[in-house]
Amino acid sequence: MSENTCAYRQSKEEVAEWLNSPEYREMNFNRKALSINPSKACQPLGALLCALGIEGCLPFVHGSQGCAAYFRNTLNRHLREPVPTVSDSMTEDSAVFGGQANLIEGLKNAYQVYKPQMIAVFTSCMAEVIGDDLNAFIANARNAGSVPRDFPIAFAQTPSFVGSHITGWDNMFKALLQSLADPRHGRWTNGRLYVVPGFDAYPGNLREYKRLVSAMGIPMTMLPDATEAMDSPHTGEYRIYPGGTPMAELADALNASGFIFMQRYSTVGSYKFVKNVQKINTEVVTMPIGINNTDKFLMALQEMTGKPIPAELEKERGRAVDSAIDAHPYIHGKRFALFGDPDLLLGLTGFLLEMGGIPAHIVCTNGTEQFRKDIQAVLDASPFGKDCGVHVGRDLWHMRSLLMTEPVDMLIGDSHGKFNAKDANIPLVRIGFPIMDRVNLHRSPIVGYQGAINLVTMIANTFIDQVDCTCPDRLFELMR
Amino acid sequence: MAEQQDLKGYASRAMVDEVLSAYPEKVQKMRAKHITVKEEGCASCSIRSNAKTVPGLMTARGCAFAGAKGVVFGPVKDMVHISHGPVGCGYYSWGNRRNLAEGTLGVDNFVPFQFTSDFTEGDIVYGGDKKLEQLCREVKALFPTVKGISVMSECPVGLIGDDIESVSKRMSKELGIPIVPVRCEGFRGISQSLGHHIANDAIRDHLLAKKERPDPGPYDVSLIGDYNIGGDAWASIKILEEMGLKVRNIWTGDATVEMLQTAHQVKLNLIHCYRSMNYICKHMEEEYGIPWVEFNFFGPTKIKESIRKIAAFFDETIQEKAEAVIAKYDPLMQAVIDKYRPRLEGKKVMLYVGGLRPRHVIGAYEDLGMEVVGTGYEFAHKDDYDRTFPMMGDNTVIYDDVTAFEFEEFVNRMRPDLIGSGIKEKYVFEKMGYPFRQMHSWDYSGPYHAYDGFPIFARDMDIALSSPTWGLAKVPWQKDAKEVRK
Repeated sequence: MSENTCAYRQSKEEVAEWLNSPEYREMNFNRKALSINPSKACQPLGALLCALGIEGCLPFVHGSQGCAAYFRNTLNRHLREPVPTVSDSMTEDSAVFGGQANLIEGLKNAYQVYKPQMIAVFTSCMAEVIGDDLNAFIANARNAGSVPRDFPIAFAQTPSFVGSHITGWDNMFKALLQSLADPRHGRWTNGRLYVVPGFDAYPGNLREYKRLVSAMGIPMTMLPDATEAMDSPHTGEYRIYPGGTPMAELADALNASGFIFMQRYSTVGSYKFVKNVQKINTEVVTMPIGINNTDKFLMALQEMTGKPIPAELEKERGRAVDSAIDAHPYIHGKRFALFGDPDLLLGLTGFLLEMGGIPAHIVCTNGTEQFRKDIQAVLDASPFGKDCGVHVGRDLWHMRSLLMTEPVDMLIGDSHGKFNAKDANIPLVRIGFPIMDRVNLHRSPIVGYQGAINLVTMIANTFIDQVDCTCPDRLFELMR
Repeated sequence: MAEQQDLKGYASRAMVDEVLSAYPEKVQKMRAKHITVKEEGCASCSIRSNAKTVPGLMTARGCAFAGAKGVVFGPVKDMVHISHGPVGCGYYSWGNRRNLAEGTLGVDNFVPFQFTSDFTEGDIVYGGDKKLEQLCREVKALFPTVKGISVMSECPVGLIGDDIESVSKRMSKELGIPIVPVRCEGFRGISQSLGHHIANDAIRDHLLAKKERPDPGPYDVSLIGDYNIGGDAWASIKILEEMGLKVRNIWTGDATVEMLQTAHQVKLNLIHCYRSMNYICKHMEEEYGIPWVEFNFFGPTKIKESIRKIAAFFDETIQEKAEAVIAKYDPLMQAVIDKYRPRLEGKKVMLYVGGLRPRHVIGAYEDLGMEVVGTGYEFAHKDDYDRTFPMMGDNTVIYDDVTAFEFEEFVNRMRPDLIGSGIKEKYVFEKMGYPFRQMHSWDYSGPYHAYDGFPIFARDMDIALSSPTWGLAKVPWQKDAKEVRK
């Protein structure tokens, strides 16, 4: 790109106007090195969320303490919950000599003070760049008496310069199984279906999965289950380990009767591990957002377990359909721009299409080429999806250009989208992670039939609110 | 029990030692030096600070990157700040310090942005210098009105040995704007604090005194160490301008590159956050003979003291106006006190924050009849504690880099009425039933500085303490339910 294209633009007004132009969009899409407002975090944050889902598990960052502070802050702000995590506070001397001494001392202190049932160690990029050997270090820490020899420790390599937070979730999940699940004996199963949520910062979603699977009469374990860590009751008492999947059920995971993964892209490695290495009946579904995706989820459960879908869920489905039909005129034909994690986008796109909404721009910073194909297939299956642009590896400054040159009616994404929405003068419906400027959204499910009702309600009412807030007095009326 | 209630809120060395006894012996000894209980008549107690955090213990501390980008450079609005390295550091420091700024996004305000070189494996293997070069060109092309670029290096950049200094120098020449390399890798130092120092040095070397203003005046001052969180700097400027002073620069809330470049021309530097910005004030004093004065704009008592302290540097015109400002706001502040003091009188507060607040806000609490019985800093140095001890009462506890465990245990034993700390502590203490305010970010409220801030501060403390929601925690049908606070 030529840096002289706009050297003549002096006045701020001119530049502000130019930022909205097709010419600028082209230039913006041609940038190669600069990333502006990327919609992705780094691996260890995902690893942390994953580790929070095991009962009595203390997340432990092997690396700089600043990283741990940042991960905790970000999760605190979205969840409005405590997030216990320690770090072994590596500094310059570790950069020179490696982080083993910090890990040995850190494990000892953490074990004694916070009395965890297990520790999940994951790396920050500093430890990765200097090439710390976690396997050896942890063995040495055990030998040095930092923790008892049989004390469970899972560890994952989570370099921040590879993938994103969803990769980190995946790596930690696989590490939990590899480190702490006894190998499958193959002759028997524990009779339970293991439900794997993937990177999902909605405790409401996790509760919904458990409710739906239980309604099917299927004995299940959610692994990992961060529901309580993400949404613990106020009792006047702080519990550092508010709940989660019991250690015994993690240890027994590879004897499951089946595994169902609720997300595809945040579980790529774990899914392969479970399916190929352990030969367990394993399914992955599209995140059940909307009616069709929820149907497919329940049918997958039915197929895996032979349990029929109960009448109760059929009625619930009917109510969700009713809500969709009641609200469809407010959504049909409206144009949407979406951004977020790949699994979320895949589910949401299916939902919008079934409502007659038109996805116009999909920006997925941490998407892959496979994701592009998968979401294109979803779009191609509906006439409402035919003109949608899918932008993989792009960021929210690309999104801004898209919104300015090809306007839409609504932006859907996390709180970071609020500047885009304001510039484009459209509403933002907050879905995804992190949501830092609204309360309690993460407590309401966006998955399952109830989630579909919630989404329909949020989106339709936002459009209706917008009419009320912007229409002239003569068009201001009681009914909408 | 009665005895305990009498002692409520006050600390003793025995309490501290009991809490520390949970640690391994070596850690116990180390941590004991970081915690002190102020004894009667002791003006300056001994406390160890600015030392490494103990590995494996939960700390609230951040890193040099957080200090340099998150605190100092981030609020400079017409500059693009590149988080150079993997995506995370830039992402987590994106928009989270509530630095408000005037301006048009993408034109003369880049504060709400996250610019990063988003390192991938290839960059780690081959180095990021080429990418940085191209990236600077792209910044200038896409944002032609940008006034400067800072290159904030993350851990890997330092570890792989990239030469951001020479790239910055070269690109600065090519693009005709200052490009400032900031060596703030997170592994440097032991907390945010080194990042502040590094950032101050970068400003000194690359920006300060690089430009002359045509119109220096006798009442020109700089407001230093105010990051305009929730509009703090705007509230502070209001007082200073009413005093007749001309605030030419803010460092770095709502700041511009030009402000940093021309700051050597003012008559007086007014410093609020001493910890993060004392370095540059000392430099300007040595190099340009500009005197500097610490002030405190939290709560009417300290504001009044500070106004007079600042006015004393100027002539009678300013001093008269200063008195007029005090006279104008005194009754307004009294009305705030009259409204809230009856509800807040006697309440005990424990603080744990960074920068200036562990001591600066004490006066504001006292104006409301509240007492600070414990305080501590995330990343203070000895000079911060020297400034803090005289403000604390007897039998109060002062803790440096307090761990989550220690803080929770102190609170359990001292049972304060209100806790002021950060987001990482907030939900822990709220779960325990303690009223809480985030004192880094004002809990999404603010401003808290100056006369505009005090009514908001008072209201927010009252909201925290007097909320009927605390009363809901007790389960009414459980007769034996553990009595929760309130």
